[in-house]
Amino acid sequence: MAQRGIREFDGKRMLAKYWSEYISKDFSFPGKVVLVDPKTKIDDLPKKHKWLTKEKLVVKPDQLFGKRGKHGLIKANASFAEVKKWIKERMNKDTTVGKVTDKLTHFLIEPYIPHKGEFYAAIKSNRDGDTIYFSNHGGVDIESVWDTVSEIQIGVNEDVDKVNIESKLPKDTPKDKRKMFADFSKGLFKFYRDLNYAYLEINPFVVSGKDIVPLDLVARIDDTGHFESSGKWGDLSFPAPFGRKLSTEEQYIKEMDEKSGASLKLTVLNPKGRVWTMVAGGGGSVIYTDTIVDLGYRDELANYGEYSGNPTTDLTYEYAKTILDLMTREKDPKGRPKFLLVGGGIANFTDVAKTFTGITMALKDYKKKLKETNVKIYVRRGGPNYQEGLRIMRELGDELGVPIEVYGPETHMTRIVNMALEGK
Amino acid sequence: MEAITVTKSKKGNKKRPDYLLMDKNTKAIVFGYQQRAIQRMLDFDYICRRDTPSVVAIVNPTRDGLHKCFWGTKEILLPMYRTLAEATSKHSEVDFMVNFASFRSAYPTSKEALESKAIRTVAIIAEGVPENRTKELIKIAKEKNKWIIGPATVGGIAAGGFRIGNTAGMLDNIVASKLHRPGSVAYVSKSGGLSNELNNIIARNTDGVFEGVAIGGDRYPGSTFIDHLLRYEKNPDVKMTVMLGEVGGADEYEVVKALKDGRIKKPLVAWCIGTCSKVFPAEVQFGHAGARAGADLETADAKNKALKDAGAAVPNSFDDFDEKIKQTFDKLVKSGKHKPIPDVEPPRIPIDYAVALKQGIIRRPAQFISTISDDRGEELRYCGVKISKIFEEEWGLGGVIGLLWFKKKLPKWASGFLERVVLLTADHGPAVSGAHNSIVAARAGKDLISSLVSGLLTIGPRFGGAVQGSADHFTQYLYKGETPEFMVKNMKSKNVNIQGIGHRIKSVTNPDVRVTIMKDYAKKHFPITETLDYALDIEKLTTAKRNNLILNVDGCIGVLCCDMLRGIGYSRDEVREFVDLGILNALFVLGRSIGFMGHIMDQKRLKSRLYRHPWDDIQYMMPDKPEVVK
Repeated sequence: MAQRGIREFDGKRMLAKYWSEYISKDFSFPGKVVLVDPKTKIDDLPKKHKWLTKEKLVVKPDQLFGKRGKHGLIKANASFAEVKKWIKERMNKDTTVGKVTDKLTHFLIEPYIPHKGEFYAAIKSNRDGDTIYFSNHGGVDIESVWDTVSEIQIGVNEDVDKVNIESKLPKDTPKDKRKMFADFSKGLFKFYRDLNYAYLEINPFVVSGKDIVPLDLVARIDDTGHFESSGKWGDLSFPAPFGRKLSTEEQYIKEMDEKSGASLKLTVLNPKGRVWTMVAGGGGSVIYTDTIVDLGYRDELANYGEYSGNPTTDLTYEYAKTILDLMTREKDPKGRPKFLLVGGGIANFTDVAKTFTGITMALKDYKKKLKETNVKIYVRRGGPNYQEGLRIMRELGDELGVPIEVYGPETHMTRIVNMALEGK
Repeated sequence: MEAITVTKSKKGNKKRPDYLLMDKNTKAIVFGYQQRAIQRMLDFDYICRRDTPSVVAIVNPTRDGLHKCFWGTKEILLPMYRTLAEATSKHSEVDFMVNFASFRSAYPTSKEALESKAIRTVAIIAEGVPENRTKELIKIAKEKNKWIIGPATVGGIAAGGFRIGNTAGMLDNIVASKLHRPGSVAYVSKSGGLSNELNNIIARNTDGVFEGVAIGGDRYPGSTFIDHLLRYEKNPDVKMTVMLGEVGGADEYEVVKALKDGRIKKPLVAWCIGTCSKVFPAEVQFGHAGARAGADLETADAKNKALKDAGAAVPNSFDDFDEKIKQTFDKLVKSGKHKPIPDVEPPRIPIDYAVALKQGIIRRPAQFISTISDDRGEELRYCGVKISKIFEEEWGLGGVIGLLWFKKKLPKWASGFLERVVLLTADHGPAVSGAHNSIVAARAGKDLISSLVSGLLTIGPRFGGAVQGSADHFTQYLYKGETPEFMVKNMKSKNVNIQGIGHRIKSVTNPDVRVTIMKDYAKKHFPITETLDYALDIEKLTTAKRNNLILNVDGCIGVLCCDMLRGIGYSRDEVREFVDLGILNALFVLGRSIGFMGHIMDQKRLKSRLYRHPWDDIQYMMPDKPEVVK
C-alpha cells in the first residue's frame, strides 16, 4: 500500500465531479472525458456523449506513462471517425515507450481545445505538508523553465483559505487572470487534500472562454486513504504500470497472493538466467537480489520474489513448484550449473520447519528435473524451529542426490550467494 | 502459583535523558488487547532481570477489567481500561505507548497519546495509516517535543531494557543475539523484518546491540534515520551506529548532511538496500511504500555513494556488511576508546507450554478426548473425512449423521433411511405438546433458542417418546428370544402399554401412509428386518383385539432404527447400548427441531401477541377454604 498512479481519465473525472464543491462556481471545467478500453463499444459512445460527434477531438493512451506526444501517441484536432480509426489501429498492439514494451489497452478521448496560453499547476506531498507549484509557462518540460515556477508551501493542517495565494503567484501572471488562478489553485488544493491525493500535476491547463480545461493530468493517490475517501473516489482502479505484463506463472502467484493472508511475489527477469531465488521476507528478498547484482551477476539473475506472512505448507509448495518448474525447463546451453538460493533472514515468528516442508515437497517432485538441469541448492535461514528446518533440508540432499548446502544464522545472510556464484 | 497485582507506583522514572526513549525503567501502556505481544514484552523484561514489568496497563476500548499474564513463572494481573485518559490518570509513571490500533484507529489514538501529558513516545505498529494522517501526527509530535516510532513497524528494542511489542522475535533468538543485556552498538533500520537479522549480525561482530529502532516502511515515518542517529550521537553508552536504509525517498540524505557538517562523529556503518532496482525494466514496487526509486537521487546506489563520500563506512554489498561492522568495532576497541561489554548469563526462561508441547519435550494426559471430528487442520474433518469431500461426493445429511454418530461411512440405504426419518418427524402440526410449548414461549417474547428448548423439553415418555419406547420394548423381548405372544401377555400382566402400537384414527383398514412408506423402504433395502418382523407379528395379535392397535409411525421408526443398526454391523448388545444412549430420542429431536423452529419463526413473523389461556376453557374448582391441618 502506498502512493499509486491513477489514470488521467479518473483524475479528470473526479475533478469535474467535485469542481463546484472545491474549486469554483464562477468558472467551470466541462469534464468531457471518455475512456475506451478493449471492451468498449466505440460506436455506442456518441449516444451518451453527444459532443463526440459535434466537436473536434483529441485522443491518447491512458496507461500511466507520459511524453505521449514525443512518442507519436497523440492524435489531435480529429473527427470521431478519425479517432475511432486511430484507436483501432493501436488497440491491443504491442507498443514500445522508452525501454518498455506493452500492449495499449486504454485510450482517453476529449474535445480538442484551440488555445493561446498554456499554464502549469501541480501539488506534491512532502513531510511538512504539500507544495503548490504554479507557472504561466506550461506545456513544456517544466524543469526547463523552472525559474518561472512559484512554490507555495502549505503546512500540515494549514487552512489554504488563510494563505494569500494570489500574492504568491508568479509575477508574470496576467492581471486579469490572477484571481481566477488563485481560486483555481486553492480549490485544486482542497480537492487534492480531501481526496487523499499525494501528487497532482496539470501540465498544461488552458483558459477557454469561461472554462479552465486541464489538457494533461498526472496524479497519484495514497491508497491507504481508502477508508476515508473511497466514497469520493468512486469506481477507481490502480492500474499496473505500463510494461508490467504478467506471465502465466507471475499471474498464478499473484492470484495466490491475493487470495491468501500471506504474501507471495514473483517477477521473472530472465527465464534463461542461472540464478534463481526463493527467499523469505520482503527485505530479505531485496538483499539477496541486491547481492547477486552487486557481485556482478545481473545477467544471470533469473527472478525476483518473496514469500512471507507465515504462508501455509500448501502455499509454499505451490510457490516452490512454480519456481522449480521455470528453472528446470531447459538446461544451460553451455552445460553450466544452475543455482537455487533458498534464503532468508531470521524469522520473527514464522515456523521455519513448517515452511521448509512445502519447499521440500516441491523439490522431491522435481527430483529428476533438478538433476537433469544440474541444479545446486544453497539454503540459509534462521528463526523459530530453524534447526529442524535445516535438518530436513540436509537429509533431503541425500535423498535427492542433488547437492544442497545448508546454513543457519551463524552464517552471514548473503554468504550463500558468494558460495554459489564465486565458489568461496 | 502466586498471583500478585502490579502496584501503581507513583515513582515515575521520567528523569531519563532526552536522548533515551526507552530503557529498563520504561513503563508503557499497550493500546489494543494484544495478549501475545504483551506476554512477549514481559518475558523480555524477565530475562533482562527488570525489577518490574514494562507494561503497566492495557487500553482496550471494548473491555475493561484485569488481564492475567506471566511474570517469569508467576502470574500477575495487569489493569485494562477502556480509554487512554483513564489509563494515564491512574498510571502517572507511564511515558510510552505501544499502539496496536488498526490502520483506521491508529491516527486518533496516537493523536490522543501525543496530546496527553504523560506519553512521550508512541510506537505505531499498524500498516496502512493514510500519509496525511501520519503527517498530522508528525506535526503534533514536533510541536510537543515528542517521538513517534512507525507506523508500519515492528517497533524497536533497548537491549536489556525494553522491548516494543513483538520486536526481535522468539526468546531463544533474543538470547542468541545477546539482547538481554545492553551492548554498545545502536542501529536504525527502515525494515522491521530485517531488524532481527541486524540484531544477529551486530551480536556476532561486536559486543552487541545497545538499542535498535525500525522506523517503518511508510513514505513518511514518524521519526527518521537522522532523528535516531542524533539521539545515539548524544548517548555516551553508544559507541558506534549502524544504519540500514532503502531505495526510495530522500531521508538518508539528512544523514549525509549530518556526517558532513559534523553533527555525527561516531563511527557509522551504513547500507541502503535495493541496489537491484536498476535491473528492473519497469517500475517494480518492493515491499515498502517508501521503497520506490523515483529520481536517480532516490536509488540505493546514489545513497550508498553519498553516504560513503560523507564518511560513513559503506560496504560494497550487503555481503560485506558484517565485515564492515566488525572492522569498525575492532578499530574502536584497538584504539582503546572502548572496552567490550562482557556477556551476561540470562535467567532461565520458562518455556511456554504450547511451545514445549510442539517441540515434543513435555507431555500431559489430556482432560478431553474427542473421537468424532477435528477442526485443527487446514480443513474441518468429520471422522477423518474432509468437509469438501462430503460436499463433492454428496454424502448428505444421513452421511454426516453416520460419521458423527456412528463413525461409519454408511451405505446409501442407511443414510437414506436416516434422512427419511428426519423428514417424517420434522413436524406434526401446532397442537402437539412440544410445538404448543414452543409457540407459547415464542409468543411470550422469548428468543428462538429459548422457545425451541421449551418445546424440546416436553419430549419424553409421553410426547415423542414412543419412538424411543418402542425400540426399547421390542428389542427387550426379541433379543431375549421371547415369542410375540409372550411379549403381549407379559406387558399386559405388567399393565404397560406397548409403545409404538395404536393410533387414534388409523387402523388396519385405514393404514398410515407414513408407516407404509417406511416398511416398504426397509423391506426393499435393509439386510436385516428382524425387529420390524417381530413388531408386525405383535401387530397381528393386537389388531385382532382392536382394529386400531396397529404399529404406528413412532413404533415403525423405532424398530427400523434398531434393524438399521444391526444392518450396518452392530451386535444386538450394541444396539441395546445405543437405545439406552437415547439414539431414538436423538433422531426425533433432530427432526422435530425443524418443525419447532418453523412454528417459532411463524409466530414471530405473525407478530403473535402473548398467549393467555381463556378463562372459559378452564374449569375453576377452587375450594372455599383450605383444609386445616391439625
